[in-house]
Amino acid sequence: MATVNGKSDKYDAIVVGAGHNGLVAACYMQRAGLNVLVLERNDYIGGAAVSRSLYPEFTYSNCSYVCSLLRPEIMRELELPKFGLQIIPYEGGCTMMQDGNHLALYDNHDALRREISRHSKRDAEAYDRYARDVMRQCKFIKPLLLREPPDPTSFKPRDIQELLYIGKRFHGMGEARMYDTIRFWTMSAADFLDEYFESEIVKAHFAGSSIIGTALGPRSPGTAYVLLHHYMGDIDDTVGAWGFARGGMGAVSNSLGASFQASGGTIRSAAPVKQVLVRNERAVGVMLDNGEEIYGSTVMSNLDVKRTFLETMQAKDLPAEFVTQVQKFKIRGSSGKLNIALDGLPTFTAIPKDSPCIRGDLHITDSLDMMERAYDDWKAGRWSQAPYVDMLLPSQIDPTMAPNGKHYMSVFVQYCPYKLADGPWTPEKRKAFGDTVIDAIARQSPDFKSLILHAEIRTPWDIEREVGLSEGNIFQGELTMDQLLFNRPIPGYAQYRAPVKGMYMCGSSTHPGGGVMGAPGHNAARALLRDLKKVA
Amino acid sequence: MNSNPTSMASSAMPNHYRQPLLQTPFHNRARALSQHDSFVAWAGYTTVDVFTTPEQEYFSVRNATGVFDLTPMVKYRVVGAGAAAYLNHLVTRDVSKLKLHRVMYVVWCNDDGHIIDDGTIFRLGEDEYWLCTAERQIDWLLDAAIGYDVEIAEVTAEVAALAVQGPTSCWVLKQFGLVGVELLKPFELGYFNANGIEIMASRTGFTGDLGYEIWMAPEDAETVWDRLMEVGRTRGIRAIGSQALNALRIEAGFLMPHYDFISSESTIRLGRDRSPLELGFDWLIDFKKGHFNGRRALMAEQASGVKRRLVGLDIAGNKAAHSALLYSDKAGQNEVGNVTSAMWSPTCKRNIALAIVNAPHFAMGATVWAEIYLNRELVWERRMVQAKVVEKPFFAPERRRVTPPADR
Amino acid sequence: MAANSNLKTNYDCIIIGAGHNGLICAAYLAKAGKQVLVVEAAADIGGAAATHEFVPNFKVSSAHLLHLMPQSLISELGLEKHGLRLAAQELASTALSADGKHLNLSASGVAAQSPADAASYPVFMARMRRLAGSLSTLFGATAPRLGTTAWSDRFAFLKLGWQIRRLGKKDMRELLRIIGMNVYDLLEDEIHSPALKGALAFDATLGANLGPRAPGTVLTWLYRLTHESANGGKGLSQVVGGMGGLTAALANAARGFGAQIETHSPVARVLVANDRVSGIALQSGHTVVAPIVISSADPKTTFLKLLGPEHLDTGFVRKVHHSRARGVVAKLHLALNKLPSFTGLAPDALSGRLVISPTLDYLERAFDQPKYGAYSPAPAMEITIPTVNDPSLAPAGQHVLSAIIECAPRDLRQGWENAREAYLTELLAQLETYAPGLKDSIVGSELMTPVDIETRYGNQGGHWHHTELAFDQFYFVRPVPGAAQYSTPVSGLYLCGAGAHPGGGVAGVVGRLAAQAVLAKAG
Repeated sequence: MATVNGKSDKYDAIVVGAGHNGLVAACYMQRAGLNVLVLERNDYIGGAAVSRSLYPEFTYSNCSYVCSLLRPEIMRELELPKFGLQIIPYEGGCTMMQDGNHLALYDNHDALRREISRHSKRDAEAYDRYARDVMRQCKFIKPLLLREPPDPTSFKPRDIQELLYIGKRFHGMGEARMYDTIRFWTMSAADFLDEYFESEIVKAHFAGSSIIGTALGPRSPGTAYVLLHHYMGDIDDTVGAWGFARGGMGAVSNSLGASFQASGGTIRSAAPVKQVLVRNERAVGVMLDNGEEIYGSTVMSNLDVKRTFLETMQAKDLPAEFVTQVQKFKIRGSSGKLNIALDGLPTFTAIPKDSPCIRGDLHITDSLDMMERAYDDWKAGRWSQAPYVDMLLPSQIDPTMAPNGKHYMSVFVQYCPYKLADGPWTPEKRKAFGDTVIDAIARQSPDFKSLILHAEIRTPWDIEREVGLSEGNIFQGELTMDQLLFNRPIPGYAQYRAPVKGMYMCGSSTHPGGGVMGAPGHNAARALLRDLKKVA
Repeated sequence: MNSNPTSMASSAMPNHYRQPLLQTPFHNRARALSQHDSFVAWAGYTTVDVFTTPEQEYFSVRNATGVFDLTPMVKYRVVGAGAAAYLNHLVTRDVSKLKLHRVMYVVWCNDDGHIIDDGTIFRLGEDEYWLCTAERQIDWLLDAAIGYDVEIAEVTAEVAALAVQGPTSCWVLKQFGLVGVELLKPFELGYFNANGIEIMASRTGFTGDLGYEIWMAPEDAETVWDRLMEVGRTRGIRAIGSQALNALRIEAGFLMPHYDFISSESTIRLGRDRSPLELGFDWLIDFKKGHFNGRRALMAEQASGVKRRLVGLDIAGNKAAHSALLYSDKAGQNEVGNVTSAMWSPTCKRNIALAIVNAPHFAMGATVWAEIYLNRELVWERRMVQAKVVEKPFFAPERRRVTPPADR
Repeated sequence: MAANSNLKTNYDCIIIGAGHNGLICAAYLAKAGKQVLVVEAAADIGGAAATHEFVPNFKVSSAHLLHLMPQSLISELGLEKHGLRLAAQELASTALSADGKHLNLSASGVAAQSPADAASYPVFMARMRRLAGSLSTLFGATAPRLGTTAWSDRFAFLKLGWQIRRLGKKDMRELLRIIGMNVYDLLEDEIHSPALKGALAFDATLGANLGPRAPGTVLTWLYRLTHESANGGKGLSQVVGGMGGLTAALANAARGFGAQIETHSPVARVLVANDRVSGIALQSGHTVVAPIVISSADPKTTFLKLLGPEHLDTGFVRKVHHSRARGVVAKLHLALNKLPSFTGLAPDALSGRLVISPTLDYLERAFDQPKYGAYSPAPAMEITIPTVNDPSLAPAGQHVLSAIIECAPRDLRQGWENAREAYLTELLAQLETYAPGLKDSIVGSELMTPVDIETRYGNQGGHWHHTELAFDQFYFVRPVPGAAQYSTPVSGLYLCGAGAHPGGGVAGVVGRLAAQAVLAKAG
């Protein structure tokens, strides 16, 4: 362990935070021949991609809960399957309505068409057009994920080259689809869905992914892009890209950690970084909470930009304008999470007994209006009275998550504010929030409450405190136009390099953003390696 | 236009996740005759791929009578004072020329002049039509109806249909009880009462041979099937599956969506859809009839000349050139297209194919080279084989047009 | 019915609608030597920029302030020579507060009431105006087409890019950041005073169906600021005789250049022969021949009613059908027997503009209602009392109050016919809290809901911009791809209404650009 100051113990790169992006970056750097140290505040690695055992014999993916976006290139290059990562697809999904009806999504195209037909025959056929258009956009965006965004104000050859690359790809879509793309990136999910569907429940079902993790409602412009952001994992011929990580989301982090260590990297957990050390306008290392100083030629922060620059760095070391911009960066807590141990599989009155859709993502809503009203609650500083939930019962598919016959349920809740209008979060309010969610589920599932063995309730405030994500925002920053591509996280600093020499960013605050994708980590490592002339 | 939600709400608990594919009204009969239990999905239904052998089924149509369950073909009923104007705006041909009780083969395009689908229009009444299509597309059809006084509804499940095709098909249908069916001219339809069963018959088909398609209420389906098989037994009647039909249609030069073209409404990549000019459907486009979907784009394409064309190929040897890439040179340096459908034609004794070929190599009589891979007991061999651009259809017997047809 | 006997059988260009954009387009084309006919369905010219008598002897215009029209346009058409007179310019704006502590939106007014903003507000506004200025090409020129190899399109992009680059790195980055943002966050970042934030956000969302938290509301604000930066420093101004004074001058100018304007002449159809425009058929049965027809009607009316889907492709019709035009602005006109008095407000402020949008959250909440088909019980408003500057609009000593009311959706769930009375009562009650005694001074009133606006002016959806001004309906996709350069899929048919780029308000830029497009194509 490198605890002694001195040249021999100096690392080539110190990564602050062992979230999945920090680990991805660490892996790439270590494999490129650098001597890399990863420091983690908690006594476990993974950040928000963790498997926790908070109730005997149960495993919770207590933050992120599905593996949909992790780039297949990264899994392959870092040999994650060899280090234990196995991703299992889940089946279908369902939105339950208050009147007892439901809309199920089935993998089988004919079953899906007939299911949507129950609500609208037209929508059943419009679905193909919808899927086609989403796919067209995904195909355009996918190659941009693992590239550094160009700075449009720059005249550097590399920026111009990258701008031209994007321009060329955009141009390659043909005039009509270029307009579609512009509209797609800027519209609201509600308006986007209105162009395809007539049935409220069909629109509501597909709008779900447009609001998850986002402090916007389905009627806010820009949410069509968020919808797409969630689809991007599901696009290529790499079957099994979307699913559960066997053993919970911690399997992602653990396989990354194992891959990193196997290539010679060092991880220190329970080692909270207090400050990034800057000497002569250069990042030279970090100081831990206990005062220990560790030196490295470069420092890379996996923390979100607010924590990185406002908490672990000193304003005097940074340009004042940069600090102002960091302060303006929007990171909003809008989501809560319940992790529930169940004594058996709950029954949902809306879902036919033998329908496989229960093995997918389950939602409760009737309409876009209902989801929009849930957002209105958030704006007013209270959790949604009729929340939008994204529920999964991974233990139906992954036998490692719960004892036989018992089930683990992950409930993602939109919306839940970080700051309540009526004052700070208290244990009583947290419980009331949990009860709101549990009651909403119980209205669809009469036996649900009686099956609950244990429930972990996490508000954005809890997520910030435990995971370190500012305001508990799962994307480390809103995915709005002002914070995407060359604007993410800060205009002029979208290329993973901080304004201090030797300091880098690799969290989801950077392009292309959140979700367990690994792309920011990959891109940040490449930026650093390029600066060290280790890669072209 | 009907703007109400088009839901077909069913009060019963859905079960389609257990059985995603529907069964046609002929399903029990077809299953009984199917020796291989070889079923395929077609437009949401399960239908027979092979009953006995594709060869036996194929020859039944070229020599006697083959019966093919046509029920899954998607059918839309188009009705209203604006129906003719609507259809005329939808498709590239002049529908105003379609007389009562006639049928027209048509294609229709998106704004770019690229084919969405091909199909047939049946004129059943003054303001009542059927549009038969390969794909479901109510979404497009309803948007195309904005501003027209027309109602459009899918009626696929309300009608059972059989194709009765082959040299003895007219005789079989006469025996079955369709009095006067022999008077139907190609693309004509008529209404019959066959011993108490109401039947509409049209002289249409997908085999390029003499043949009819008969349309009935689903509840009459099994009776019709049984009686047809009974009266046709002495004339070699057989149920045929989709594999045999595919061979028949290639000989006839008919195109199959997903093989010879992809609907412009479903392509993901740019430039993968095809215009009717590229597919050789120039004769289906009536530029003089007024505006129709895609007209401006097609005018422009016609003015600049097509970049590629779907043509018939006569290929040396007897190995079917499935999916073969085509080159202008034997060395395989200059790729100029690919085969979309291919077969050894048992009737013509030619190795035939439909292929998309780039300009100028699609000219009639031009020579290209097909790269064919042969599996010889798990050892793959590559052959460069000469192929010639030839006229379609490959098989077009006179009997398909003669009215009244011969009995055999 | 129409005095159609004046009509010749043949013109170079026919313009449908004598609103300000139609008249401007007509004036430019006539000035270029074209034989131009303008046909207007209503009895009077002006469209939504007309002045009408809403109560005997009380006159008002639906569009009450002039601030977006470029000075260059006014000069080019010689509008002053043709009778355009301003009753007042550089009008002050006051943000009303229920507690009577109103905020004058000038730098000094803000400094007086919110010392924390004293230094930063002028700097912020100067930067916003600078950024807006760099968008003059964006808002003031025809949108290029994407994906073409035409030099004119490439040049347009280069010019836009150059203008933005000229801002310098820092401003350019700021522009590219905030242009897609919502105005709520921008103001939270930059301004301290809640009242100031509320009032500025009101300007950003005026006429739009988007609340201040909706991304895209900085764009709508920049739309306003860019236009204002070209208006010759007049700020908010008021035309003598109401906005009808402007359209009268426009009509005079157009006629002066030789254009013919016929009112009472509703169009039944745009005529097409051999896939190009051949003229128009009036509802009177008259047919007028022209190779070019330019419609200032909204895109849905133009394409789906006047032209007809049979001349268009389904993909295009689908786009027109889905283009959004959900009006949320109502207009309230009050005839008053005396000058109202607002609690705590200096009387001289009544010559300017009064805004009720006390906070960002108030405004956001108001915009929440239309989402669910309800009107806001606490709406945002812009009030003017035009008779203060222009006594000609009412009998001596009496006054007119003109108020734009935000957040009244066209598609009210309960139906406007059922809600009108209650709504009017609520609006008057709200005004009464700011101006006690107002109710007793009312001698007559007119409430125009978006449905009334649609009925009167014929714009489907009753929307201020004809087609919602939002990123997905902006620039090269406004109103829809395939008709964003004023020409349409049918040769000879052009658009010159607010639904085309850049958008609505009494700006006239669309009319001018459409005329340029016609001249570029037709010579």
